[in-house]
Amino acid sequence: MTTPDARRTTHLVDHNALVGPYPFRSLPDPTPARLLADMDRLGIEQAWTGHVPSAWYRDCAAGNDELFLGLGAHRKRLLPVPCVNPAFPGWEREIARAKTEQAPAIRTYPAHFGFSAAGSAMAELTAACAESGLELALTMRFEDGRQKSRLDNAPDLIGADVRAAIRSHPKVRLLVTNADRAIVEEVHWGSAPDESARIRYDISWIWGAPEDHLGHLQRTVGPDHFVFGTHFPFRLPENAIAKLDLLP
Amino acid sequence: MSGLAGGGPLIDVHVHFQHAASGRADWREDNARRLEIGKRIGITLHIASILGSWGKTSPTYFPSPDDVTAGNAAMRAIAAEHPGLIGAYTTVNPNFTRHALSEIAAGAAHGQLGIKLAASRRASDPLLDPIGEVAAKHGLPVLQHIWQHRRGEVPGQEISDALDLIALAKRHPAVAFILAHIGGGGDWSHSLRALENVPNVYVDLSGSGVDRGMLERSVAAVGPARLLWGTDLTMDTGLAKLRALAVLGMSADDLAAIRWKNAVRIFRLTTITDRP
Repeated sequence: MTTPDARRTTHLVDHNALVGPYPFRSLPDPTPARLLADMDRLGIEQAWTGHVPSAWYRDCAAGNDELFLGLGAHRKRLLPVPCVNPAFPGWEREIARAKTEQAPAIRTYPAHFGFSAAGSAMAELTAACAESGLELALTMRFEDGRQKSRLDNAPDLIGADVRAAIRSHPKVRLLVTNADRAIVEEVHWGSAPDESARIRYDISWIWGAPEDHLGHLQRTVGPDHFVFGTHFPFRLPENAIAKLDLLP
Repeated sequence: MSGLAGGGPLIDVHVHFQHAASGRADWREDNARRLEIGKRIGITLHIASILGSWGKTSPTYFPSPDDVTAGNAAMRAIAAEHPGLIGAYTTVNPNFTRHALSEIAAGAAHGQLGIKLAASRRASDPLLDPIGEVAAKHGLPVLQHIWQHRRGEVPGQEISDALDLIALAKRHPAVAFILAHIGGGGDWSHSLRALENVPNVYVDLSGSGVDRGMLERSVAAVGPARLLWGTDLTMDTGLAKLRALAVLGMSADDLAAIRWKNAVRIFRLTTITDRP
């Protein structure tokens, strides 16, 4: 994890960025161009970039087409993180394509796609990720539950989903995005050391000062478990920077 | 000295402190941490409240009269320890009208800056009218805890949303009401749309929510003259919002209005420091 002072001289990588519109509210300019402009303004060098609409597409491979096309000439800074639905035919092709496109990770959305994190589809996906060297990103939530649309019926993921996923393959690596302190602690202290060693969390949903959940978790869970993340285009990217600036 | 949010005055209109009766053994450290973070950000005035015993001896949002009195006394003591840096709201539970009015009278003797309404009684309820009347009489702003677009009842609170507050504000047009924490949960776009033409309701930008688009919509809906900066529980989000406001393309005057000038006007502050 980056220290506040080191932040300005260290290679800052946003591990939780997305592009594309959201079905339930207008997101201002959720484009690669705007993401890059905000990164330039805030000193962020690279972003692992997913695609918002893919979580709502029945065939998320079409969303990956849009993602790869949209990132276009910006691939040095915007690393694609395509989506895979292991409950949909042909998902193995998306794993292969992720490798070809040099993606560092893939995203999946069990609640949106209707498969269990403890079931066979997740097990097959985690095995494929482990074999392919791809980190698997699980998104705990897109928005605060208090403001979700009535039509947004996919529940937030819970700690049990993450624990089931990490246990489904001994070599899978997870990137858990938009987790708060309670989820991080539940998963970390509810996992064996060889399991928790394979889980990283982005900081976008963890409270900063003065409650300072981020500082607390760095001390208790360990700094190596946390990566920089903004949850662009949903949240102000300034917030992730502010958390680092206000660390003790 | 310039803070992380830049130099000049910076007023936080939504602050809470702990006290001995709130049951947290580390209450002093908690308060000190808030002030230390405030100094780093560059906050020059914290306008703060204590909600009774914070749940220890009566519920946070339905505090007993005794707990309200103790909390207000503790709040005034904290403010007295930091003259010029901390100002106090008087918290009241409107279900106990006589007690609420006596607390406000006690606060008046100690230079209270405003009245804090939590979630003890829906804002639209006529039981709040005596508080509106005394607020008008003393020129006190009223900070109302809000759930942005309530869709039903919420456990532990008799929650209000913008429409409930507007009903009260229209009955007391001389009072400045502050809609609490637009980023504090719920559908902020509902609140902002409702507030477009209600001149005596101000929007406090505090809360843990940092949705992109919220600040732009706030400026568009009510204008810079009705926005107040604040933090509530999460000061990191307050800093982030200040930095995001600074790149929205507003004029320096509009930014200063949000950072401190609007607060100076509605709280009728006569002296203001520009150093944390």
